[in-house]
Amino acid sequence: MKTQYIGKPVSRVDGLAKVTGSAKYSADFKVEGMLYGYIVSSGIAKGRIVSIDVSEAMSLKGVLQVFTHENVSGLPWFSIKYKDMDAPTGSPFRPLHDDKIVYSGQPIALVVAETFELARYASSLIHVEYQEETFTTDLVENLGNSYKAPSGKIGFVQPKSRGNAEEAYEQAEFKMSGTYQHGAEHHNPMELFSTTAIWENEKLTVYDKTQGVSNCQFYIGNVFGLAYKDVRIISPYVGGAFGSGLRPQYQLFMAVLAALELKRPVKVGLTRQQMFTFGHRPVTMQNVALSASADGTLESIKHEAYSETSRFENYTEIIVNWSGTMYNCDNVKLKYDLVGLDMYTPVDMRAPGAVTGAHAIESAMDELAHELKMDPLIFRLKNYADEDQTEGKPFSSKELIACYREGAEKFGWTKRSIEPRSMREGNQLIGWGVATAAWDAFQMPCRAKALLSIDGKLAVSSGTSDIGTGTYTIMTQIAAESLGLKIEDVAFKLGDTNMPLAPLEGGSWTAASVGAAVKGVCEDVKKKLAKMAVKTKNSPFYNADTKDISFDSGMLSDMNDGSKTISVVDLMRLAGVNSIEETSTSGPNPINKMKYTFNSHAAVFAEVKVDEDLGIVRVTRVVCAVAAGKILNPKTARSQILGGVVWGISKALEEESKMDHQYGRFMNHNLSEYHVPVNKDINDIEVIFVEEKDDIVNPLGIKGVGEIGIIGVAGAIANAVFHATGVRVRNLPITLDKVLQIAEDDHNQVSV
Amino acid sequence: MNSFSYNKAYDVAEAVADIQEHEQGKFIAGGTNLLDLMKENVMKPDHLTDINRLDLADITENEDGGLRLGALVTNADTAWNVLVEQRYPLLSKAILAGASPQLRNMATNGGNLFQRTRCYYFYDTTTACNKREPGSGCSAINGINRIHAILGTSMQCIATHPSDMCVALAALDAKVNISGPNGDRTLEFADLHRLPGNTPHLDTNIAQGELVTSIDLPPGNFTKNTFYLKVRDRQSYAFALVSVAAALDMDGDVIRDIRVAMGGVAHKPWRRRDVEQSYIGKVASTENFRELAETMLTGAVGFGGNTFKIALAKKAIVRALNEALKTGENL
Repeated sequence: MKTQYIGKPVSRVDGLAKVTGSAKYSADFKVEGMLYGYIVSSGIAKGRIVSIDVSEAMSLKGVLQVFTHENVSGLPWFSIKYKDMDAPTGSPFRPLHDDKIVYSGQPIALVVAETFELARYASSLIHVEYQEETFTTDLVENLGNSYKAPSGKIGFVQPKSRGNAEEAYEQAEFKMSGTYQHGAEHHNPMELFSTTAIWENEKLTVYDKTQGVSNCQFYIGNVFGLAYKDVRIISPYVGGAFGSGLRPQYQLFMAVLAALELKRPVKVGLTRQQMFTFGHRPVTMQNVALSASADGTLESIKHEAYSETSRFENYTEIIVNWSGTMYNCDNVKLKYDLVGLDMYTPVDMRAPGAVTGAHAIESAMDELAHELKMDPLIFRLKNYADEDQTEGKPFSSKELIACYREGAEKFGWTKRSIEPRSMREGNQLIGWGVATAAWDAFQMPCRAKALLSIDGKLAVSSGTSDIGTGTYTIMTQIAAESLGLKIEDVAFKLGDTNMPLAPLEGGSWTAASVGAAVKGVCEDVKKKLAKMAVKTKNSPFYNADTKDISFDSGMLSDMNDGSKTISVVDLMRLAGVNSIEETSTSGPNPINKMKYTFNSHAAVFAEVKVDEDLGIVRVTRVVCAVAAGKILNPKTARSQILGGVVWGISKALEEESKMDHQYGRFMNHNLSEYHVPVNKDINDIEVIFVEEKDDIVNPLGIKGVGEIGIIGVAGAIANAVFHATGVRVRNLPITLDKVLQIAEDDHNQVSV
Repeated sequence: MNSFSYNKAYDVAEAVADIQEHEQGKFIAGGTNLLDLMKENVMKPDHLTDINRLDLADITENEDGGLRLGALVTNADTAWNVLVEQRYPLLSKAILAGASPQLRNMATNGGNLFQRTRCYYFYDTTTACNKREPGSGCSAINGINRIHAILGTSMQCIATHPSDMCVALAALDAKVNISGPNGDRTLEFADLHRLPGNTPHLDTNIAQGELVTSIDLPPGNFTKNTFYLKVRDRQSYAFALVSVAAALDMDGDVIRDIRVAMGGVAHKPWRRRDVEQSYIGKVASTENFRELAETMLTGAVGFGGNTFKIALAKKAIVRALNEALKTGENL
């Protein structure tokens, strides 16, 4: 069958709604009689609340209630009830549970008033007396208290070592070792978290910003002792989330608490400052040591990571494992430890772990290539992994060589001179760097429903989410293609717990997981239609073989006789059927999963220009070549990669949540001082999707493109900065003071 | 935010009279900084006198050949004003290096002078800050101080003045015209902003209830060889780590006059007229610029996170002066 929609650059089906403002985000829902909540945050990092005086706030006309640990009761004592689907091991934070303060910015009270302004003002009149306790928030100072990262979080796999890396390192001719670090980062989606909760007729309806409506339903049901069927979570549009919406955030708890207690609709939103008071990408310190023989064969890889987590949960992500699969090497030693600190638990953030690990291993590869006086791209090709050595399995597909080749060609890599500081324009030093990226191609079980009406319109739904990634669009494409309908006759709906169950929207698995369910359910409808065509008298296909029927543009036609056709609408009329409804479940093929490793890959090439005197780094060109199976929609996929590259530039050069260890508090908690790139920081970005055919990974042959775009960027830029300047900055972000080597508090850099 | 009263004034006298009735009254024009500070409970004025209707929104020529910038002219209109571009390109460049187009469209010249520092601790009411709450302490000295001052600091405060425009105004020897309950007066720009000393809560020498009505730019020869260099952590919409307003009046290779003002390094735009004067009559060379930069940074003290600024500022001064020289060549 010819492809009509899959693989085509279809524009976003929700684009018009978004640019005209008719797309409603969680904070846009207004209900009559709605109250507004404002959250008071803790000013200390650790201790207890001795007293919390709300009398002044309560005395204001229009303030209905101030919820604190002193007046919230009847909630579960056991913290297991607060576990959500993305919770790591440990004991989840319970808002307003008791007088204990466990991190700076912890929500300690909710003011509910008739207007937002009043609630905010009242919050400033609440007087809290604390008893402070000593705390510590500095990862590096607490490395002595590290412990092995425990298993238990969904998706986490323990690192596996092999061979004898210590011995190989000792004996090797060429070697490097270095310590890499990056600062904490907060997701900071444009849209702030907001929840509106409505309690009506013993049922709860919640408009929320989330990456998983069913996760919120599960959480709210358990925490507030409600039957899941009485909790409906709706989240049709999400203005970015990047992982921050994987776990239910505390404004959800607050809004539901207040709505249940006050029996009125309540809206609670977080401020930008409060966006720095839950989950972040953890500060991680990584030690990497590599060795190779003179011909560039990797002899050993040592990679250990120390990551911060809270005192109450063990947040884990896959950081070091990548070093065992990215390159061929017989001696690999991996280690991953956590350090508990007095802060909130980190949470998954775009390409969690991989972006961290790749920065270190890809910088280290560049450092060793320099020692070997080898081109860093040739060095990578020399150690190319044809199979997954960690698991001893082949990849279902791996077109990384094509990424290197097509990326290098587009970038002009062969014109690179090998010596650092060898390319310049006036006082601008020019550097070129390369790095590799890999990510898992997951598929999760998912359900979808299809309803074909007699007017020929198809409604497909699944309780997934679209965090700006293009889920609406690609699912509409898949449905139209699978059932042979015109795309304008298909509507895809998501973000509602009344819809069939879908997995959390994350890990780059949505396209594959929801896509398979949508394809499956549409094929079920197609089968029904085909059956109907051969069973209905007066149908041109009466008593024909269903195998001969093809579906295209809302028509059934005979593959052998083009004149034999009937429209879907006419067929249903003829059969006297008003609608066809199907629900089906799809999931990964467990046998394939056992036999193969599923990974997407990318090669990133970056050019930087560095002001020799002032140390200012500009990323003037990036080429990102991606192998991610079949690309459903090159337009939305390209946007995903562009976003990833921009964020990679941000991570490399700008982004950092600055923790003041005097206070245990992130201090640059606004978008003026928490830097992400502005337009002027971004120059040419070229995205290439290489051809990658994969019949094993999943029925659609797709791998997802949500994370792969960001993973290699920081490494490529760090390598380019070294090539430009001869200065190896191992701590991100690479600020001008580090490049100039005049930063007093940063000694973790070397120069040649 | 706190409740406050609000009144629209229609002329300078009315505005000045209106604010006298309130101890904590503030004038509001563009509001680009004040409203943020009010929302964060950092500033809690009991009254706002809206001055947007005052007749102060023009740029006019003074008899001496200089320009008068009305206090209510927006930063954007000032930067793109033809007379400003022709006679004071340094000022145009400095303004356009600041904030974002949206902010420059709202922010006024008067308001720009009264921007508060962007010190993290000043904005976060859970932390100690002598500027916000005198006597509570300075968190920045031992805290996150990458963006803080290296010159003219005190143990009470190491905040910087955030404006770019003011750095150019300082370099250009601007004057500030003020109306107050006791009549009108004029301040030299150098006397407008204060060093923190033991009174870091006071940013300027303008008394409560006084209103800046205009800024005068003296006539001068700093039209050809000027450059505004802003070194920052991203290419736009970031405050200066170090900025330099450099202006040269050249007689062949020889410096007839020179101005160097720095931003991002102190509680006020940093100038050393004595140092500038010692280079009058000397050759404009990188070597001399380096020597000048060293002297300009005399007494600079870092606090860890910002110590790099001392070395960076020297490099920035040399670059800015060299660029200023080149700018002339290109004309």
